[in-house]
Amino acid sequence: MTELSLHILDIVNNSTKAGATLVQVDIDESVIRNELKITITDNGCGMDEDFLSKVTDPFKTTRTTRKVGMGLSLFKNAAELTGGSFGITSELGKGTQVTATFVHDSIDRQPLGDMASTMVTLIGGSESTDFVYRHNFDGKEFEFSTVEVKKILDGVSVVSPEILSWINGYISEGLGELYE
Amino acid sequence: MKSLAELEQIRNKMAAKINVRSETDGDIRIVVGMATCGIAAGARPVLAAMMEEIEKRGLTNAYVTQTGCVGMCKYEPIVEVYDADGTKTTYIKMDAAKAVRVINEHVVNGNVVSEFTIGAAN
Ligand SMILES: Nc1ncnc2c1ncn2[C@@H]1O[C@H](COP(=O)(O)OP(=O)(O)O)[C@@H](O)[C@H]1O
Ligand SMILES: [Mg+2]
Repeated sequence: MTELSLHILDIVNNSTKAGATLVQVDIDESVIRNELKITITDNGCGMDEDFLSKVTDPFKTTRTTRKVGMGLSLFKNAAELTGGSFGITSELGKGTQVTATFVHDSIDRQPLGDMASTMVTLIGGSESTDFVYRHNFDGKEFEFSTVEVKKILDGVSVVSPEILSWINGYISEGLGELYE
Repeated sequence: MKSLAELEQIRNKMAAKINVRSETDGDIRIVVGMATCGIAAGARPVLAAMMEEIEKRGLTNAYVTQTGCVGMCKYEPIVEVYDADGTKTTYIKMDAAKAVRVINEHVVNGNVVSEFTIGAAN
């Protein structure tokens, strides 16, 4: 993966595959603390302790098309390569939380990349899931929630091209202001 | 600055014509592989380019969905196009520019872009 936002897309796809109805993506970015922390929390089916203990082993997957799973192990490696850390907690029937912390100024840290595109891809790919995206940059905060958007849409589908395009613009602008 | 009020305006405009537009059997279905292998190979900008082109041209007879790994990782990004009659075309090693051509030539004009198909690679 060339961008952290691509890892996020891949990791959140695990959540929707696990039947989550709500996924929260938190990015806590601080140049002052020299840290970029990504937390993904879902209310999907979760994993039992035994499975969880092996889940970042690339040979652990419940997919049948290929014998190796690799999304979580790639994400873990990306964080650890910068001198950061990775953690995953899960409870069967309750949900899962994945946390990856990156050293902000490490030359091995991939750029965050296009988070608007990642969110729009997620929203478009799973109409029945709600997504909350919070991004904090040295104390400034941007938040986007499909719960709020769907209320406004009042029956109009969130996956229509016009709406997804608006969401893309809204998130891009919001993040642009964070970094100003 | 974009506001939620603006979203409401777009919503109201769409609601006025909503019964005209619905996903039906007559539509062309475009499926983009969005598993780890697809994402790593560049599937996200492929999907984005297709959505953008569909919106720009105001196409109402085609829609884009996503799928997981179809077991041909070395050919990713993979895009499958299902015509209204069910005929399936598999495009491989896609990028944003190729995606726009598939929309314009295949989806709009009905001509398969043979050079991008899995058949052309064999
Ligand atoms: N959020 C989650 N909820 C439940 N199960 C999960 C979650 N994330 C990962 N898993 C389990 O861990 C496995 C490995 O995940 P991953 O490393 O992304 O590889 P893959 O998705 O290709 O199998 C998945 O197949 C799934 O069984
Ligand atoms: Mg995965």
